[in-house]
Amino acid sequence: MQIIGELINGMYKKVGNAIKEADPKPIKALALAQIEAGANCLDVNCGPAAKNQVEAFKWLIETIREVTPVKLVIDTTNLEAMEAALQKEPQSIINSTTADPQKMKEVFSLALKYNSEVIALAMDKKGIPRNKEERLELAAGIITYCSQIDFDLNKLYLDPVILPVNVAQAQAGEVVEAVRDFKILSTPPPKTVVGLSNISQGTYQRSLINRIYLVMLIEAGLDAAILDPLDKNLMQAMITTELLMNKHIYCDSFLEAYKNK
Amino acid sequence: MSFSLPLEKYTHSISEVTIGATSREGGNCSYAVKVGGESTMPYLLKDGSEPHRAVVAMEITDIIPEEWPQALKEPFKDVFDKPGAWASKCLKDYGADLICLKLQGAHPDFGNRTPEDCARVAREVLKTSKAPLVILGCGDDEKDSQILPAVSLALKGQRCLIGDATEDNYRTLTATCLADGHNIIAESPIDVNIAKQLNILISDMGMPVDKIVINPTIGGLGYGMEYAYSIMERARLAALSGDSTLACPFICFVGQEAWRAKEACVAENISPNWGSEKIRGVLWEAVTAVCVLESGADILIMRHPEAVKAVKTYINSLNKKAR
Repeated sequence: MQIIGELINGMYKKVGNAIKEADPKPIKALALAQIEAGANCLDVNCGPAAKNQVEAFKWLIETIREVTPVKLVIDTTNLEAMEAALQKEPQSIINSTTADPQKMKEVFSLALKYNSEVIALAMDKKGIPRNKEERLELAAGIITYCSQIDFDLNKLYLDPVILPVNVAQAQAGEVVEAVRDFKILSTPPPKTVVGLSNISQGTYQRSLINRIYLVMLIEAGLDAAILDPLDKNLMQAMITTELLMNKHIYCDSFLEAYKNK
Repeated sequence: MSFSLPLEKYTHSISEVTIGATSREGGNCSYAVKVGGESTMPYLLKDGSEPHRAVVAMEITDIIPEEWPQALKEPFKDVFDKPGAWASKCLKDYGADLICLKLQGAHPDFGNRTPEDCARVAREVLKTSKAPLVILGCGDDEKDSQILPAVSLALKGQRCLIGDATEDNYRTLTATCLADGHNIIAESPIDVNIAKQLNILISDMGMPVDKIVINPTIGGLGYGMEYAYSIMERARLAALSGDSTLACPFICFVGQEAWRAKEACVAENISPNWGSEKIRGVLWEAVTAVCVLESGADILIMRHPEAVKAVKTYINSLNKKAR
């Protein structure tokens, strides 16, 4: 499973300050810590801290590249910053576009230009869908658009959009079913991704909720998740779920074995 | 309508293990043998490549193997008491790729040879044959912990393949092989989970994965062959899809398992319907070898010269046909 580390995000105070002061140390440390913990991609988001998004992205990418070659996930809605980042790292995943025709046009033309991958959210101007059916409808729209412009479906990640469980409790189950059903929309089936931590936003038991929910999503066929890889219990739950789904061969040290994989 | 063969492309490959050290590498072998490196399931050479052919090691022992049936003793009767000459005969007359020396004589029930004595025999075999060696203990854990370190030290730098390490008894042998630059055989009882676990334990001690060879344990024809086949297949599929803890070549003790079957050695006068035991045993060994080759075996440990000859022909034809 693809683990996208979420911690290089300007919303976190430490990262925000590092961006403001152009201090590479905390960024490098976070990149390495996440990879050591099992991340195979890093989400990069400069957050509200940066005055100049374009420059902030360039600096973040250069800083990360000094310590690791892993794939990056360019997390921004600012198209200018997105393109600046892709110029540096074309093999990245764009995070993200919505299902709005205008937005898709802008983002996918960048993806085609740089041969990048794209995370597409199953939501549009009307907001976040209320149930599985609305998510499927939006996802189908995204896939149709991709086929029209000849965008390789192997490079597409569909995100069913998770809402906090304390705000919209009924949505948690709908999202799990959406992950399962997205797979029948096309051949090859689209990959699926979620921003996991959203589920526990504002709750008192964040780690527990994230962990249980990730297990449910993996069972439904989830391919990638943006999450906090430093949450050891979360990573162990993920490894164990993959084991129980017969993705790895059992051995007594299966947790350690995952690292050597 | 044209037909295109569906091809399976794997992202990973099996590690490459080198057995034997030539004088250029500080050893005394006249050649070295490389095994492994496959990036495909066995002999599907359109899917990926198999850079090295499967090899046959012929098994010799340091004492006369009394329990071997007559048909098996016959070809070696003049060299039984001279392991060096026995090894040379296997190489020159019977086409063995390497020699497997089993130190059976160290077993408390079979002569209880001393570690020094074992080391002397091993040195003699190397000196006479100059072949890459597979060295096996006597099967008694306690005694093997004494003789294998002595033999390993005596052959330091010759890059032998020494075995077997098991889940309950791997530390001494791993440390020994590491110290003297040998490869190690990791044995699991037809169990992919234990094979994986043991590889992790051994590599945790600092042994690189490309110095480990898996002995998956097999059953001879009629004695669990299909079970062994599926275990090897499962391990290989996992390895090719990225599980590096299982990405090691396989060694299969074909001769030992085939000749254990009563069908291989019961005499014709006891079971007249079965035909001559002289042919039957050879066939039993050859067919067992062919089955494990098809499930991914890299090193075959064999006994009868006729079976070796048939299997080597088969290996060559498999490689030719597939290319």
